[in-house]
Amino acid sequence: MKMSRSARIALTLYGVLAILFLYLPIISVGFASVSKARYLTFPIKRYATKWYGKAIESSTVQDLLWTSLSVALLVTVISMVVGFFGALAFARYQWRFRGVFQKLILLPIFFPQAVLGLALLLWFNALGIIPTWKTAVVAHLVWISPIATLIIAIRAYSFDPSLEEAARDMGASTWIVMKEITGPLLWPGVVSAGLFAFLLSWGNFPLSLFTTGADSTLPEWLYAKMVSGYSPLVPSVGILSIVTSIVLLLSGVIVMWFIRARSETSNAR
Amino acid sequence: MGVVLLISFLAPLLVIAVFSVMPQKVFSLLHLPDFSSYKLVFTQGYIKSVVWSFGMALASTVMLFVICWPLAFGMAKVFKGFGLFITIAVVVTLFVSENIRLFGWVLTLMKGGLIEGHLRAWTGLTFEGALYNVPVIVFGLVYAYFPFMLFPLIQGIAMVPDDARQAAADLGASRWQIFYEVDLPLSAPGIVIGSLLSFVLAAGAMAESKLLGGQTVIVIADEIETAFTYGQNWPLGSALSIILILIIGALSIFGINRVNLDLIMGGRRS
Repeated sequence: MKMSRSARIALTLYGVLAILFLYLPIISVGFASVSKARYLTFPIKRYATKWYGKAIESSTVQDLLWTSLSVALLVTVISMVVGFFGALAFARYQWRFRGVFQKLILLPIFFPQAVLGLALLLWFNALGIIPTWKTAVVAHLVWISPIATLIIAIRAYSFDPSLEEAARDMGASTWIVMKEITGPLLWPGVVSAGLFAFLLSWGNFPLSLFTTGADSTLPEWLYAKMVSGYSPLVPSVGILSIVTSIVLLLSGVIVMWFIRARSETSNAR
Repeated sequence: MGVVLLISFLAPLLVIAVFSVMPQKVFSLLHLPDFSSYKLVFTQGYIKSVVWSFGMALASTVMLFVICWPLAFGMAKVFKGFGLFITIAVVVTLFVSENIRLFGWVLTLMKGGLIEGHLRAWTGLTFEGALYNVPVIVFGLVYAYFPFMLFPLIQGIAMVPDDARQAAADLGASRWQIFYEVDLPLSAPGIVIGSLLSFVLAAGAMAESKLLGGQTVIVIADEIETAFTYGQNWPLGSALSIILILIIGALSIFGINRVNLDLIMGGRRS
């Protein structure tokens, strides 16, 4: 159905507005992070990068970075593995409880995270486990590994099951099929799931709040400072955390790009 | 995988359920059950928080649907390269901690913030900041859950065949009729998932009302946190959680059951 030119332009404008709406607060934080004054007011009169220096030197911030990074890395690795097999069960293999499994996987995503965090805290308490950043890894996994599963499942839906059957008919064992056919086909999905897992864990607040115990992650610290009195470090630490995400995102995109380039050359051969 | 979910997701829920029938202010599960927490919930005005949470969640979901529909339509049917650009731009915001983005709105909307500060500097006009009221909390919810409505809607609208819209138009259907009789029913799975996600997430949200709303309204998630931390009353917090879980769980199961998951994720109709 053809759309009139003016409607098309109006829609495009609407899209631009939506993007601006999404980025306006991040821009505000960016400006605030380079304001020299201790008590922020707009318009900013003098700019300075001293809060970044203070943030990087601060040992609290370094500890927070380290905790957040450890949690996110562990969550990434585990949810890539779990997501890979979960996705096969979700999308590829016909088995008896697949319908139930598909719905069960979705439930943690639909669940309010703060309550999930609390439920886990009580559960750890009942088991006699003292919460540290390691328990936060478990909490993040309950929420993030289903998301990783879904992302890989989307990839699994898009490839032709007859490829696996053909390999099996030619006498390939289950392990060979997994290594030569399923693995390489799902690999881009696994990488993007890993990327999502890292970034979602890195920015997560409601789950960490209840499950890190005495340890603290970056988003938790930021929230505590936001609620109880402004610290001029908040905007700059916030921007540092965003920059980390962007760097990782870009490197992920480059890795994906390499994988695609390599598989194209091997197809050409 | 199923076993992992069982011990890390279902077991904790069971613990909360058992805690919710323990007597007040105990910290172990080894007591005779009573229902004093639930009595407290219904007599001490906690229901008001429940109503606020779900009311604001409903308002934000309806607004999100209206705001996201044109954009989702554009991205599913009209835009080409620009659609990909918007997708990436929206996904990137998801990777910035929700706290930081909401804090950004505080900086934008507060008195002396980005908007009011510049307005005063340029025109001399001024207004009290736009923070600390109910509409700004709903605004925050709309902002935070925008992607959760947008992407399912795009998936849903992409499932509407162009032929069906074209046929309706050829038979003389008006724009509104096409929307109401073709687009809406055929994209229903996307609408259900999107509305469910944003409603459920908004109902359990806490940061919006705390950061943007100050103490104007106390939402249910906030009450739960207070009961566990300052209140030191785990059974009360558990009872409140169970009420939230029951409502959200019922809605989610109802919604998920109406949608063919294989189909919406790009699988073939079997």
